[in-house]
Amino acid sequence: MATKTLNIIESAYRATLEEQDDTIVWISSALRGASAEVDVLLEGSAVNYAVRGQDATGLALGTWQQSQPPRLDHDIKNLMDKGAAVFFVADDAAERGIERTDMVDGVQPIARRDMAQLFSGYGRIWRW
Amino acid sequence: MNDSKKKTLTFAIMDAPFESARSTTAFRLMDAALRRGHDVRVFAYEGAVALTFDKQAAHPNAVHGRDAAEEDHPLPKDQVRALQALAKDKGCTMEWINCGLCVDERGVGEAIEGTKRGTPGDLWKWAESSDNTLIIPTRG
Repeated sequence: MATKTLNIIESAYRATLEEQDDTIVWISSALRGASAEVDVLLEGSAVNYAVRGQDATGLALGTWQQSQPPRLDHDIKNLMDKGAAVFFVADDAAERGIERTDMVDGVQPIARRDMAQLFSGYGRIWRW
Repeated sequence: MNDSKKKTLTFAIMDAPFESARSTTAFRLMDAALRRGHDVRVFAYEGAVALTFDKQAAHPNAVHGRDAAEEDHPLPKDQVRALQALAKDKGCTMEWINCGLCVDERGVGEAIEGTKRGTPGDLWKWAESSDNTLIIPTRG
């Protein structure tokens, strides 16, 4: 039986314009596609990935224009549609003034004091 | 978990060459594992795929007042080769897979011998069949 893995995403908005996604959200989705039991915990500034309606359009450099900007809230939703649970650290969201109603449906708040309990449900914890 | 003395350890690394000390730290951990007789697997993701790019070239350093030979600039591809040789010497295996899409977007497909291109699915298979997996992500 496959070991459940929790990918913790802490390093936020690293090269998201270059990659047109977040690389750890992406690899989590790819691993799901490979039948891996992978869930995600958004921590620190990465809690913002779940905020609905982010708009990264408009990057233009000379005559070059980005046609497929990152759509992180959609990527989070698509990851959940593949069966992954997506958690976020509620304390980190509160510190940043992010309300639950600002976030895409389905993401699950976890209080920082409850993280250890969450971890106990996984065989692997991968902090990215 | 395999309880035999010889272990299989998987590393996932992300940093590009010459950007941080994390790659060197990862290599030192691999060196230590191989010296203890363990098998090592490396999944290189994002910028780390350039660690094995075969066209890396040493350069002179005028500030140091040394030509290329004297400078003997470290190249990660040579360090990986050295780890591969250490593995062979110790009777261990050192497998290396570069994320294929990451290779393509960087144009670093010409990798040293003993490395392969693959997918995140390979990381998962390795994690499932290894004694442990260490993730060394990039930051910033």
